[in-house]
Parts: sequence; structure tokens; C-alpha cells
Amino acid sequence: MFQITLYKQNAGSLLVAMLQGELDHHEATHVREVIDKELDSMPVPLLLLDLEELSFMDSSGLGVILGRYKKVQGKRGQMAIANVPPSVSRLFEMSGLHKIMRLYSSQSEALRSMKEVTQ
Amino acid sequence: MNKPSNEMSITFSALSENESFARVAVAAFIAQMNPTLEEITEIKTVISEAVTNAIIHGYPDCDGYVFLHCKIMGDKMEVIVEDHGVGIEDLDLVRQPLYTSRPDLDRSGMGFTIMESFVEQFEVTSKVGEGTRVRLVKQIRTPHNAAVHEV
Repeated sequence: MFQITLYKQNAGSLLVAMLQGELDHHEATHVREVIDKELDSMPVPLLLLDLEELSFMDSSGLGVILGRYKKVQGKRGQMAIANVPPSVSRLFEMSGLHKIMRLYSSQSEALRSMKEVTQ
Repeated sequence: MNKPSNEMSITFSALSENESFARVAVAAFIAQMNPTLEEITEIKTVISEAVTNAIIHGYPDCDGYVFLHCKIMGDKMEVIVEDHGVGIEDLDLVRQPLYTSRPDLDRSGMGFTIMESFVEQFEVTSKVGEGTRVRLVKQIRTPHNAAVHEV
């Protein structure tokens, strides 16, 4: 089971995506499509992924995250991730993702920091 | 006396819907080894990587089957994931971290690296036009198993 919930803040300039359940190759296509649909309509997107409820992820998930990072960077936006579970944190370290991504221990902390950027 | 080994095999269509089925089936089968949560996560990840590879890369433009065999040998488990698909031309290349043959699909290129680091033994054999076979062995190091061995 996998579910993605999206909401926008900051007059639509900040997109929060909460991922829940198991993110694998089968679900990756859907995640990419729904996030990209929103990103495409945002001139300078801020994207926050909240992984608190993510119970499983493999390298397909890394690919989705890396792909969104490139897309956001390409539009001079910013991307951050909140609540990285320990199992996912291992994959981030293996792939070097933890070095390029801004990681926060809660959604509120990430939102505070990202809103400061826009002010 | 040696306990007889416990084995199971599944054959399923190379469809992405079956990725979660495959990793959950293996996790359920090896539950009898009393693995830790961390070990279960590692096994599920490795199965997911191998099965996803078979589906995406083994059968890029055609239908086919994925063959999964799992065997419990004492405190070790062996898994074989096989496809009868297109095969891999250059195994050294695909095993490099961050290499992907499908950047168009947003692949991270980390599948083989993850598999190698989560298990004790890892082998890939492949023949172009015939298919690919991944074999891995993982030791379950739970306190429960350790106690059994002391007896």
C-alpha cells in the first residue's frame, strides 16, 4: 500500500508531499507524475518531501527523489526532506544524497527554514 | 543430525505490481529464522532491487516471468532471482555505483550497490539473449539463532 498527499503553502510557491507506505518502482511512476504536474505550474518551486510515514523504500525511490531534485534545481528552486526513517537514511548515505539534500527532523522545522528563504 | 533445508519457489509475471508481492513473500518465508526488523528491511530491499531489475531490464519490451527461489540453510538464507530476458552485455559496467542504462526512467543506478552491501555473498551471471541470474546469501544474526547454536 502506498499513498501520496500533497498540499501547497506560501501562496502556492511551496509544495509539501507526504509519502506513506512502501515506495518501489511500481509506485515511483505515479509519485513522479503527481509531483511533476504541480512543479510544472510553479515558477520557482520549493518542494518539501515528508517521509515520516514511509515504511519502505528501495533504489527506485532514490531515483524519484534525485529526479525531483534535478527538476527543482533546474527551475532555481529548493528542495528539502523531513523525517527521514533510519532505513531510508542508510540509502541516502550510500548514494550521497544526504550531502546534497537539506534534511530536517520535522515538517515544521523544514517549513520554517524554507519560508525564510522566500522572504 | 542435519535439519533438512527448507525451500520455496515462486514464478510470477514480470509486472511491477508483483514487486511488493515478491518482497513480502520472502519476508514471510524467512520469518521462521527470527530476523530483526533491520534484517527484514534489508532482505525486502534486496528482493525489491533484484526483482525490479528483472522486470525493467530483463524484459524491457516483452512479457515474461520472474523465477524466485529461496532456501534456508541454518542461519543463512539463499535467494536466487532469475529472468529469461535479454541478458546483460557488460556486467562490470552495470555493477558500478550510479550507472543506469535507463536515465529516462529516473533510475538512481544504486540497485547493485545496495544489494552488494546488504548481503554476505552476491553473484550475477548473465548471457545475452538468455537471461540474468542473481544469487545472494545473507546471514541472519539474531540473538535467537545464536542461542540455538550454543546448545
